[in-house]
Amino acid sequence: LADVSHVMGAIKTQSPLPRTFSRGMVQDPSHFDVLVMPNLYGDILSDLCAGLIGGLGVTPSGNIGANGVAIFESVHGTAPDIAGKDLANPTALLLSAVMMLRHMGLHGHAKKIETACFDTIRDEKVLTKDLGGNAKCSEFTADICRRVQDMD
Amino acid sequence: YTILFWGNKVVHKDQFYLSERQVFGRIQTVTLIPGDGIGPEISTAVMKIFEAAKAPIQWEERNVTAIKGPGGRWMIPPEAKESMNKNKIGLKGPLKTPIAAGHPSMNLLLRKTFDLYANVRPCVSIEGYKTPYTDVDLVTIRENTEGEYSGIEHLIVDGVVQSIKLITEDASRRIAEYAFEYARNNQRTSVTAVHKANIMRMSDGLFLRKCREVAENFKDVKFTEMYLDTVCLNMVQDPSHFDVLVMPNLYGDILSDLCAGLIGGLGVTPSGNIGANGVAIFESVHGTAPDIAGKDLANPTALLLSAVMMLRHMGLHGHAKKIETACFDTIRDEKVLTKDLGGNAKCSEFTADICRRVQDMD
Repeated sequence: LADVSHVMGAIKTQSPLPRTFSRGMVQDPSHFDVLVMPNLYGDILSDLCAGLIGGLGVTPSGNIGANGVAIFESVHGTAPDIAGKDLANPTALLLSAVMMLRHMGLHGHAKKIETACFDTIRDEKVLTKDLGGNAKCSEFTADICRRVQDMD
Repeated sequence: YTILFWGNKVVHKDQFYLSERQVFGRIQTVTLIPGDGIGPEISTAVMKIFEAAKAPIQWEERNVTAIKGPGGRWMIPPEAKESMNKNKIGLKGPLKTPIAAGHPSMNLLLRKTFDLYANVRPCVSIEGYKTPYTDVDLVTIRENTEGEYSGIEHLIVDGVVQSIKLITEDASRRIAEYAFEYARNNQRTSVTAVHKANIMRMSDGLFLRKCREVAENFKDVKFTEMYLDTVCLNMVQDPSHFDVLVMPNLYGDILSDLCAGLIGGLGVTPSGNIGANGVAIFESVHGTAPDIAGKDLANPTALLLSAVMMLRHMGLHGHAKKIETACFDTIRDEKVLTKDLGGNAKCSEFTADICRRVQDMD
């Protein structure tokens, strides 16, 4: 890590201990920016941080592979109890798709979709049950679609 | 033989009827390791408060600065070791580890000397010291001798390093037993084993198996299991779901600090280390704060709450409750708070306020 940061020059690096991060994270997460770490610490911290913003239902995720492969995914479960009932919250998968657009360089579309999604949630009128509302998945989706179209 | 004090009189133990509630009759000696930096002043604060509370404790101060023994190995001074082995109970302030070549961590030295196998941190939300989390009341119990910190690492080839995580049946059983005993003795409802046995099947698997076996002997305590990442995910969303958590070394290292963060940080978190042969060392886990050392600015809360933990460990629940209540009342009142708690009182003023409350309780 030290070698790479020397080459990259301007980027600041630090290397505190994982427990210092955990403690600092729950007291004031705003101090943190990009965190890179080995496998186990990442397993823990990535879930901890998802918890800080509301859980796996709203957290995007991307997996970068060799040979240019990249797979973006929602990291929540299959929720079999609500499957097929038009009750699910698509936010996590949608934000992962937005991440995918950015990865592909399609920043304009990414921004548009992300803004529409956040506006719908901020507005608090059409929210799925897990977000505190009682809208259907299709209604939530339609609201985002409407906002996206209104932006053109 | 035992000298008993009843009021101002010295009474021989045969003349004194000890009921269950009269444990306070005997003065117990505790090894006090003030430590470095703010250590001495917060230790003084604790001693003052204990005196105000008439706690039946007498302090035997010792220094644990490492010295080189006959074989050239670093060790803690023999006087400190003797004192701890005699008294069994210790209270310790923060220690700095000198940056001398080959000098071991002081905490590691203490851990090895007394086989301090369990690190226990009760984390309770403190009224008057606001954090985003208000209903925290949990205890982390960390196995502190093996696991990922066994220090067994080797180079396979250049650029490839291997680190061994050591999990033994004995250490796992011992920590599980401690966790369940603690739960029972402290009227806790459940013990949750925190693990990643889905990935580390043999090591965490063994740990988990031992926890399950021990759970069989403690049917009065509920036993659950949870993956570490799930614990973290849920902990930051709603810590009120958690009670006693038991786990191997690395997970404990991380979770204990995470939970300390939930209630306000290391400046207000107590900690106890349980060793073999009845030894127990209670300690504040914050740093030595050299920038404010000697300026009467330090916050003694962490060391005080660790001392309260110590009193409970010794069965002195009445005194523990009195001191703890006085401390929490002072903080809740928000009139006399040290800088880190958001006020501008001196350490001595904060201490005096607690002393006053303690005395008013009598």
